Amino acid sequence: MVAELGHFALIVALVVAAVQATVPLIGAARGADDWVAVARPAAGIQFLMAAVAFFALMYCFVQSDFSVATVFQSSHSLKPLLYKVTGVWGNHEGSLLLWILILTGFGAAVATFGTNLPPALAARVLSVQAMVGVGFLAFILFTSNPFERIFPAPAEGRGLNPLLQDPGLAIHPPFLYLGYVGFSMAFSFAVAALIEGRVDPAWARWVRPWTLAAWCFLTIGISLGSWWAYYELGWGGFWFWDPVENASFMPWLAGTALLHSAIVVERRDTLKAWTILLAILTFSLSLLGTFIVRSGVLTSVHAFATDPARGLFILGFLVVAIGGSLALFAVRAPALRPGGLFAPVSREGALVLNNILLATACATVLLGTLYPLILDAISGEKVSVGPPFFQATFVPLMLPLLAAMAVGPLLPWKRGDLRGALERLRFTFIFAGFTGLAVYALVEPRSAAATGGVALAAWLVLGGILPLYERTLRGGVSGAAARLAALPRSAIGMSLAHAGVGLVVLGLTVLLTWQTEKDQVMRVGETMDVAGYTLTLRGVASVAGPNYVAQRATFDVAKGGEVVMRLAPEKRSYVDSPQVTTEAAIEPTWLGDLYVVVGDADGNGGYAIRGYFKPFVHWLWIGAAVMVAGGLVSLSDRRHRVGAPAARRTRETGALAGAASGATE
Amino acid sequence: MTRKRQRMIFVVSGLAALGAATALVMFALSDNITFFRTPTEVVGGDVPPNNRNFRIGGLVESGSVVRHGADTIHFLVTDTRSSVKVTYTGLLPNLFKEGQGVVAEGRMGPDGVFVANQILAKHDETYMPKEVIDALKAEGQWKGQ
Amino acid sequence: MRPALLVPLVVFAMVAVALAVGLGLKPREIPSALIGKAVPTFALEPMKDFGPGFSSEDLKGKVSIVNVFASWCVPCRAEHGLWIEVAKTGVPIYGLNYKDRPNNASAWLAQLGNPYTATGADELGRVGIDWGVYGVPETFVVDPDGIIQLKFIGPVDRNALETQILPKVRELQAKAVARAG
Repeated sequence: MVAELGHFALIVALVVAAVQATVPLIGAARGADDWVAVARPAAGIQFLMAAVAFFALMYCFVQSDFSVATVFQSSHSLKPLLYKVTGVWGNHEGSLLLWILILTGFGAAVATFGTNLPPALAARVLSVQAMVGVGFLAFILFTSNPFERIFPAPAEGRGLNPLLQDPGLAIHPPFLYLGYVGFSMAFSFAVAALIEGRVDPAWARWVRPWTLAAWCFLTIGISLGSWWAYYELGWGGFWFWDPVENASFMPWLAGTALLHSAIVVERRDTLKAWTILLAILTFSLSLLGTFIVRSGVLTSVHAFATDPARGLFILGFLVVAIGGSLALFAVRAPALRPGGLFAPVSREGALVLNNILLATACATVLLGTLYPLILDAISGEKVSVGPPFFQATFVPLMLPLLAAMAVGPLLPWKRGDLRGALERLRFTFIFAGFTGLAVYALVEPRSAAATGGVALAAWLVLGGILPLYERTLRGGVSGAAARLAALPRSAIGMSLAHAGVGLVVLGLTVLLTWQTEKDQVMRVGETMDVAGYTLTLRGVASVAGPNYVAQRATFDVAKGGEVVMRLAPEKRSYVDSPQVTTEAAIEPTWLGDLYVVVGDADGNGGYAIRGYFKPFVHWLWIGAAVMVAGGLVSLSDRRHRVGAPAARRTRETGALAGAASGATE
Repeated sequence: MTRKRQRMIFVVSGLAALGAATALVMFALSDNITFFRTPTEVVGGDVPPNNRNFRIGGLVESGSVVRHGADTIHFLVTDTRSSVKVTYTGLLPNLFKEGQGVVAEGRMGPDGVFVANQILAKHDETYMPKEVIDALKAEGQWKGQ
Repeated sequence: MRPALLVPLVVFAMVAVALAVGLGLKPREIPSALIGKAVPTFALEPMKDFGPGFSSEDLKGKVSIVNVFASWCVPCRAEHGLWIEVAKTGVPIYGLNYKDRPNNASAWLAQLGNPYTATGADELGRVGIDWGVYGVPETFVVDPDGIIQLKFIGPVDRNALETQILPKVRELQAKAVARAG
């Protein structure tokens, strides 16, 4: 009954979305206020219906109603409640439903908070948002109904893959989707602007907070996913340049470019057509990512599990959504009034450089991701493009971007003074060079690449916070806090985000240069040396967990002859699934993680053991967290929320709501 | 600074970045991609030239897995028509099993044995929207093919 | 309109074509390895409560359908009704119960009905390997000489049944009749 209610709610949502996609758009074109007024309530109803459907599915999961195919496929009555709930999006249909919930949620947020948007623009934005909604609702209803019943109902579910029974994995898809789908707002604003034929700084101020919020979510989602892969998959890797990872990385790159180009529109009223194009491309890449994941088209080297009907549907949707918006762009972009001029060396110029490099890097990732498909289509040759390709193309493109990243924010708008900026960076440069040299001199084994990497990281971190320093502490310690508080939040956010990138570079450099890995067959009592630690295998025992049996190896870890810790990696076999999982034992230290994995037994009392030392790996996540913090601080900037009196109240309740209220400076 | 000049600077720097990227891509594609062969192709002598790394995929033939110690393993990869002998040293992925799909990356040894340096197992038993794998893929964590 | 503004659209069109071609490039060439070959020799134990077992000898002398199924496979459930229909028309269908637990499998057949002329339990999946089974469900059409003439991957829907499987069965039956006559 509940499942049918959910199904019905989805159908209602589709109908409402169809109305919302057309009526307000026509109303805005004809100046019919009553037609325009349909948009806001429609967005609210659509969201409500999506929420009903989502919670109906969640109810089926919690109740373990195995007559619903989705529940039967991915749940089990003995599963802990938390994983019954997260199981809702642990499958294709449910994750699509979550996607729709978020999509309609963003629409409802614009309808609710965007009270100071011009009504015609709001109507058009909501209409475009509803068009995307129609596409996804039709997709879920016609190809992936989450409420499909199976009859007669099975007695027990097939369980959830134990790999997925992990809090890190369970919570990160919603963040990824918030990111992907958040970019739909930028898309809707861009298409609405193209329809209106007008882009101005106010437009950029409305778009930017949505983009920034989506970017923060996507950054969180990607880093959580990478963290999960690191500790759960047991390979010690955190990024594999897998097509599906690339699918989330490409919108991130494009979204990062969009954030920066929107600044130029906001401040200088120029670079408009490009910004519109980026907004379209960012969301297009999100959609493309969905296509790649859902159709299985790119993981197709001798893999199954692809559903041509779904693939075809999404492809059709891609052609309409992306093709349509790009065609609209080609026709309408000339109507956008060109903006002011600026010199190549200027803040605008630096942001353009940022955009060119990010867009190019994104294009190479796209090419590398699609290349196997293209080659297969042309020559029938089956290839895979792996990490070496991406390292050889992506890294060289990022280096100039990173080097310029410290300089750009110091350049004034319009006509910059490169020499002046470099002089301000003199100390940063000397310090970065000195850090690099110190690393070269002190850390064995020596590595020229790592020297450069560490110097670059120091350059980024110091260069990132330099503008903050200049505007606060340099004037003396007293009053620095007050000066900091008086700074625009967006300036603080930018400094943090840039410094965060520096921390990620630091982590990457040190990790990739100095990580150690050791494979050894060990018997009880034998030892293995990893990065100055001596691991002694104390024993291997079978232990029983709630729904698994584990083989647990116990190690004493000694440093300098003294036992400093005990590690216990496991290999788990689950009762209700043929799946085996590896639970790496990870011991974080200040310098990095000691990471031990237990493998198969050789039948003679020996076990395959792999030990890693992962130096500075934690700086990857810290750096990502600092970047997100920067995004959030910037989101709380008053430019993004001053305006409606209601915005004052939202000051405490959170940046998102505040940002949503737009701005009327 | 005229509008024309500004546009020219954009176009030139954009093209420069694109040119650099193209050069990098061409260079990287020439030796950083991995070819894929089926056992039948390998048996037929169709392997990538210059003893390059390539991938071979199929099923792990039932009853063919022989372990030597805890970390060296021999097995046959089959596409049900031909089989290729594979040897691998190292930890096996959890999904590796007889009768299951597998992708091995490595080179042909002189004795006709494929020496794998990496094993990617795939776990496919049903053609339905294999929810779990889809979910893993959706999260970017599916490490097989 | 400036031609430069069409560049993104053109690039996207190329990507879309690549994706469309990619969708059609299903790696379905593997199964063809078995087409035209004799079925492997095997003899499967009967399923619990659903005798009498199934062996390669059963497939001799008539056109038959071999369906690989399992109780844990949702799409099998979806296509099961079609097999019951087909069974009523008199075409023999053999069931290969792949990697299933005996109790689950027989409960499943008891619940949904048994369209199979005979079934065999392949608990470890060894016979499945000989058949080149990559997943479940899979369906084969075998001619009276025990040669595999068609392999269908994935759940059979009405369209696939009526445009691919049944025509193949009829074609082979007609051939057999012609040869006998």
